[in-house]
Amino acid sequence: MERLRSLLFMPGNNPAMLQAGGVFEADAVILDLEDAVAPREKDAARMLVRAALHTVDYGASRTVVRINTLDTFGHEDIRAIVPAGPQVILLPKVESAAAIHDAVAAMKAVERPGQEPVKLIALIETPCGLAEALAIARADKRVIALALGAEDYTASLGAQRTKVGTEIITARNLLVNAAAAAGIDALDTPFTDVNDEAGLTADTQLAKQLGFKGKLCINPRQIDTVHDVFNPSEAEINWARRVLAAIRQAEAEGTGVVALDGKMIDAPIVSRAQRTLALARLQNPQEVEA
Amino acid sequence: MKNSLGRMLPETVAGFGAVKPFAGAFATTPSGVRKAPRQKTVLPKANKLVDNLEEVFRRIPVRDGMTLSFHHHFRNGDGVVNQVLAVAAKLGLRDLTIALSSVFPVHAPMVELMKSGVVTGLDTDYMSGPVAEAVSQGVLAKPVIFRTHGGRARAIECGDLAVDVAFIAAPAADDYGNINGVQGETACGSLGYAFPDAEYAEVVVAVTDNLQPYPLHPISISQERVDYVVVVDKIGDPKGIVSGTTQITKDPVGLKIAANAAKVIQAAGLIRDGFSFQTGAGGASLATAHFVRKMMKAANVTGSFALGGITGYLVSMLEEGLFRNLIDVQGFDLEAIRSIRDNPRHLEVGAGMYASPFNAGCAVNKLDVVILGATEIDTAFNVNVVTGSDGKIMGGSGGHSDAAAGASVTIVVANLLRGRLPIIVDNVLTVTTPGETVDVLVTERGIAVNPLRPELKEKLVTAGLPVRDIAELKALAEKMAGAPKAPPQGEKIVALVEYRDGTIIDVVRQYKACE
Repeated sequence: MERLRSLLFMPGNNPAMLQAGGVFEADAVILDLEDAVAPREKDAARMLVRAALHTVDYGASRTVVRINTLDTFGHEDIRAIVPAGPQVILLPKVESAAAIHDAVAAMKAVERPGQEPVKLIALIETPCGLAEALAIARADKRVIALALGAEDYTASLGAQRTKVGTEIITARNLLVNAAAAAGIDALDTPFTDVNDEAGLTADTQLAKQLGFKGKLCINPRQIDTVHDVFNPSEAEINWARRVLAAIRQAEAEGTGVVALDGKMIDAPIVSRAQRTLALARLQNPQEVEA
Repeated sequence: MKNSLGRMLPETVAGFGAVKPFAGAFATTPSGVRKAPRQKTVLPKANKLVDNLEEVFRRIPVRDGMTLSFHHHFRNGDGVVNQVLAVAAKLGLRDLTIALSSVFPVHAPMVELMKSGVVTGLDTDYMSGPVAEAVSQGVLAKPVIFRTHGGRARAIECGDLAVDVAFIAAPAADDYGNINGVQGETACGSLGYAFPDAEYAEVVVAVTDNLQPYPLHPISISQERVDYVVVVDKIGDPKGIVSGTTQITKDPVGLKIAANAAKVIQAAGLIRDGFSFQTGAGGASLATAHFVRKMMKAANVTGSFALGGITGYLVSMLEEGLFRNLIDVQGFDLEAIRSIRDNPRHLEVGAGMYASPFNAGCAVNKLDVVILGATEIDTAFNVNVVTGSDGKIMGGSGGHSDAAAGASVTIVVANLLRGRLPIIVDNVLTVTTPGETVDVLVTERGIAVNPLRPELKEKLVTAGLPVRDIAELKALAEKMAGAPKAPPQGEKIVALVEYRDGTIIDVVRQYKACE
């Protein structure tokens, strides 16, 4: 299974960071050609990111490139970057399924023969994008996740962005719902105060509670905290084990309806328990087999 | 001849004498006795206060060829060395040896005095700035003697480094020669590196800008050993002496290395009651303390002591109850000064107690862990902290070799690539700290354990840490950056690198530009 607990942004015009990107053990690195790069440096950054994809070992981190919007430098980005074989393109400011179709067409046109198809994550950061989230999530099977960009979104609303995040609670819920409806993951907006570790923990816990499966990170220092929150806790692992044990026992005994601690176990519960154990196994292959 | 690390050494060196080759970190044992300065007497009503430095020079009297010693607690804010040497030059003195425990950019005026023959010898533990540059270029006829902080104490105690006059920069002093480092505008905290000088020099001079009524309280260096007290306008610049606070690095790679170093300590089973720890003030070293602090809190343990150069970060760990004591030979910031002044659990110790190998036991021997840096490390784990990638002098052991020898687990933290240069080489240009005293190298791309410590390697592997062979890490770096060529070197020996036991571990040759 995939796990994208943490996706670490790094500026596409910073050679030192691009070179070191693999050492932080994020589940994915996002080599950024968009907001981190000034317009007059787009060409240089594009060349640098392409070279990095060819030469730098990002270890266990998946490689994601955030390109520019298709109405600015996005098509040039796709032509230069996709043949270099990133695993995922992060498409910013997606507002419709049509944007996904355009991007996929452009990507297909430049993929090398035999190249593993490059996946897409749609960054939803406008009210229109949020309104179209389900259509975007279902637009193409290359779309593996929706990600929330709350800074631009709240600016569009004219709302003030706060640490507590009351202003984005609906956006978060809608995004998670659309992603779940399409059977893909939802990824949460970054927490922007890199010095506030307690704030990051609380914000990530909230995201996990709402159904997000991972979080965008803007600093390597955030990765361990985000992983700690998204990793299943000991209690969650024990619960999952008991759910699956109860199911096995029911199958052995041939009983139809299964209950655990007085609560009925149905398919979604089993699926959540299986996901929990799969995550736990990724964390610690030995201990979880039981 | 070659020493046990295969380094070519001369048999004798003019101005130094016979060279005793390094034979192993603990292979050389002492055979001599301590040196004693002459007895003296000061009659009742006699006055130790002298009007100015020039008058002190006349009274002692300072003569050609003498060795004058100084301590470096003022770092780049020091004002005493330059004032004293200006007097020496004015009086036409020649052929002096300066025994200054560390040399900083502020000591640039010494270069002219070297050229003019006022200063012909330098004995130090560390140097950076214009003096280091001039020495690398061959300004002195005699090689500089590089010692370790503990080795300097040993050399003074046994007479290898015979000090004629010790000038002690005194943040506070009374008119009878009692000194402390914790009062006054130029307070620097511990005066530990000056303790051996005060104890063993033939003549001791307190130089102060803060004369206090007798008796001074507290007393770090006492009137029994101090012959003269001179008041000058300023002994240093507080801005160069301390920083306001010492910050944890924000460099993400440095933090990654520090987090890995802390995991090594945890995996070695050392986060337990009684834990003892030393770390530096810079980059990944101090950041390691940050992660160790979290682990100690989570495990609810109380350490015994933190040692060495003390920062505000270690002070906060003392005050949180994470350590019972701090053992302080040098303070780095205002918090360290406040703490050593006010907290009886914060101990001031001399360089001998800190790190001398030839006494009845030094504090580094009691260390569980030390975190150290490196400019280069080789596949035998030998570390260079003396010369840079161009072959020029840019540092020195300080307490590096001492703490490495004493600690149960010595961890070197370093970026696998510094700038665009791999940190791991086949042979370091200048061996400072022998590989047998280095246990673990922690980089951002993996951890290497000295093959001499298989049991430690086993623990780190079991804990799931990314342990690699050091040759593998070297290959990884070279794959990214290529293998650097060793810098060219001249013939002339410009410095002898003395190991803490008095043997010679390596030499530094004159700088030669690449063609």
